[in-house]
Amino acid sequence: MTIPKERHVLVVFPHPDDEAFGVSGTMTTHINQGTPVTYACLTLGEMGRNLGNPPFATRESLPEIRKKELKASAEAIGLTDLRMMGLRDKTIEFEDDEKMVGMMTELIEELNPSLIITFYPKFAVHPDHEATARAVVRAVRRMKDRPKLHCVAFANNTLEVLGNPDIVYDITPVRDHKMASMKAHISQTAWMLEEMEHKLAQGDTETENWLTKERFYNYRWEDDFESSF
Amino acid sequence: MELVEVKKLQVQLDAFAGKDVYLHLETTNGSYASHFNEAFFNAGAFIRNVVINYELGKVVGDSPHRVGLKLPHGWVYAQGITHYEMDDQGRLLLAGHDGTGKLAVALQISETPFSY
Repeated sequence: MTIPKERHVLVVFPHPDDEAFGVSGTMTTHINQGTPVTYACLTLGEMGRNLGNPPFATRESLPEIRKKELKASAEAIGLTDLRMMGLRDKTIEFEDDEKMVGMMTELIEELNPSLIITFYPKFAVHPDHEATARAVVRAVRRMKDRPKLHCVAFANNTLEVLGNPDIVYDITPVRDHKMASMKAHISQTAWMLEEMEHKLAQGDTETENWLTKERFYNYRWEDDFESSF
Repeated sequence: MELVEVKKLQVQLDAFAGKDVYLHLETTNGSYASHFNEAFFNAGAFIRNVVINYELGKVVGDSPHRVGLKLPHGWVYAQGITHYEMDDQGRLLLAGHDGTGKLAVALQISETPFSY
């Protein structure tokens, strides 16, 4: 599947590194095609648990580290419009829901994206992912001319309920950017990347596939996660 | 952060006794615990920037340690504490990290509020 040219792409995720795994290759491809891309990252991952033993950071020094990593990841992707939205990790679902919809609506009205990428509600595992997805879906639901909404889903029951993803992009040409984006978040990804590189060296096709393909579901408005908000 | 040395940490805890201090207390298994193991019952708690004034603070036991703060009308305690640091802003940061380097518990006190 080739990645179509868009007017503007808006990516909304809650944590630094959410962009790296699921969509960094797609983002780089859009950017290389001349499409403006904005990444709104809602928190700085303040509650990340990987602090090392012996520790390399504290609960209080982690946000600054992750902010630098996020900026490095943006650079690896080629992204020039990174928005840090100032919320706190693990608290998004407790914010006022209407305020969250308002935040998304403001971004959408300013940027007028033809494509929005976020998580798929009910298939996003982490409470912050779910709250982010709900806010985006609600904001888009209220629009008269809805942009395309591509969602990342990885809950254990995803295949069973949603079936195979309807959008699969081969991002092999920009895999080095994706790898660099994941490496930029080294404080949180070191252990995982080590395992991944070990598997790749052994010729593990599943890992290779995971690295070179990015998968999305079109949000199914006919099967909306709630009837109204 | 350094590994807890009971005598040194005790001195730091004593220094905050009887003062109004901001508290950060957290326990966590991570948000993915039930994703990787669906049978796992994920529980945790988080409190940040609540002011307390403890009359007695104690660090007890071999590592991982337990730390308790006795308040005029109650208690704060944490178990699993392995590391501590007095940071450059004079805040006493205690944390428990598991064998893989993941934070499991944090207990922090400061005379000024922690960030948001």
